Amino acid sequence: MGDEVVLLDFWPSVFGMRVRIALAEKGIEYEYKDDNLRNKSDLLLKMNPVHKKVPVLIHNGKPVCESLIIVQYIDEVWKDKSPLLPSDPHQRAHARFWADFVDQKVYAVGRKLWETKREEQEAANKDFLETFKTLETELGEKPYFGGETFGFVDISLITFYSRFYLYERFGKLSMEAEFPKIVAWAKRCLQKESVANTLPDQKKIYEFHMKWFGLE
Amino acid sequence: MAEEVKLFRNWAGPFALRVVWALQLKGVPYDTIYEDLSEKSSLLLHYNPIHKKVPVLVHNGKPLAESLVILEYIEETWKQTPLFPEDPYERSTARFWARFGDDQLMPSVFNVFIKQGKEQEEAIARAQGDLKYLEEELRGKKFFSGEKIGFLDLAFGWVANLVSVFEEIQGLTLIEHEKYPLLLAWIQNFIDAPIIKESWPPRDKLITKYRARIEFYSSKEAAKK
Repeated sequence: MGDEVVLLDFWPSVFGMRVRIALAEKGIEYEYKDDNLRNKSDLLLKMNPVHKKVPVLIHNGKPVCESLIIVQYIDEVWKDKSPLLPSDPHQRAHARFWADFVDQKVYAVGRKLWETKREEQEAANKDFLETFKTLETELGEKPYFGGETFGFVDISLITFYSRFYLYERFGKLSMEAEFPKIVAWAKRCLQKESVANTLPDQKKIYEFHMKWFGLE
Repeated sequence: MAEEVKLFRNWAGPFALRVVWALQLKGVPYDTIYEDLSEKSSLLLHYNPIHKKVPVLVHNGKPLAESLVILEYIEETWKQTPLFPEDPYERSTARFWARFGDDQLMPSVFNVFIKQGKEQEEAIARAQGDLKYLEEELRGKKFFSGEKIGFLDLAFGWVANLVSVFEEIQGLTLIEHEKYPLLLAWIQNFIDAPIIKESWPPRDKLITKYRARIEFYSSKEAAKK
């Protein structure tokens, strides 16, 4: 006993949300510290000097950085409850591959939708649609990316659901029309307490981004 | 039970080398299929349709891509000669540095050798700052993984393998002796290690290949102006 768990995070961060979901899945008690990324705390700079980013999990004083690395760490340390990764090595590799795909693609293609100049909007939309099409295909008829149970890949992607309204506004598209399976999957994930209690409302995220990036 | 392990790779690729080293260190027999990346085989495209890249490891018919993912798979499947730390915290630290190597260090090092003028100066400052982290990680250790070669050494293997090649091509020293004595010692220890040495691609071929690559990217950079 006497585990001290602190999470340095920023409430709209899709990466921080992954860690919050993982902690909730495992029923781990922790102290949440919100760090505004335009005014970084000394603690953040000390705990993540290399990247100076959230989320950082501080476990008994020792920092773990990078959201997917943190989620794996949580799974390995608190291994007696709610496994987040499958036990079979091949399935684990499959999960790591797809979570890595989400990391490599989803954040960037989403951001391009509002960062891009008018001339490049069509290309940005195309990349976005292709990326989510790949995910829709990978999901297929499965209830979750991991199969029957909610797991690592689901955690890596579901946090982006909070940005769907933002994507729809800037991409001038309907996520439900384009990716019905993904939207159905997201709603299924939202039935889990860990996800429902973590994901901020889509409108709130939209308003935050409008202010943060001066898009109004 | 007959195990079938196939590795799709190109001869020079730093990412594929990690997988080669891991398999050799664990004594796992495998077949190699060399790919010419300018003309990818239909088999490669079948096994890695998402990224269409090497390396791809196919174990008993099931494909896996992304070298760091493959290394974790190899560790979990063939348990002899463990390459990863046992402690979860140390494992997360190793994973962190491996990602840093690929996502931040590799592009910043490559930039040093393709940029010119002021941009090159800035690239050098950036890359040397990044390399300082590696120097600090080696304090008190022979290898990044401790006394023996492990996952993080394999992940950083490209530093030992390619940086001196780039340095020779451009006539520029990035890993200076006064600044990085530990890193240079590690490079030598890594290169001299028996299993690593056996799989080293021929230096003269690397120089030819990367000379062309560097020229290509340098002229792209110059054309941007």
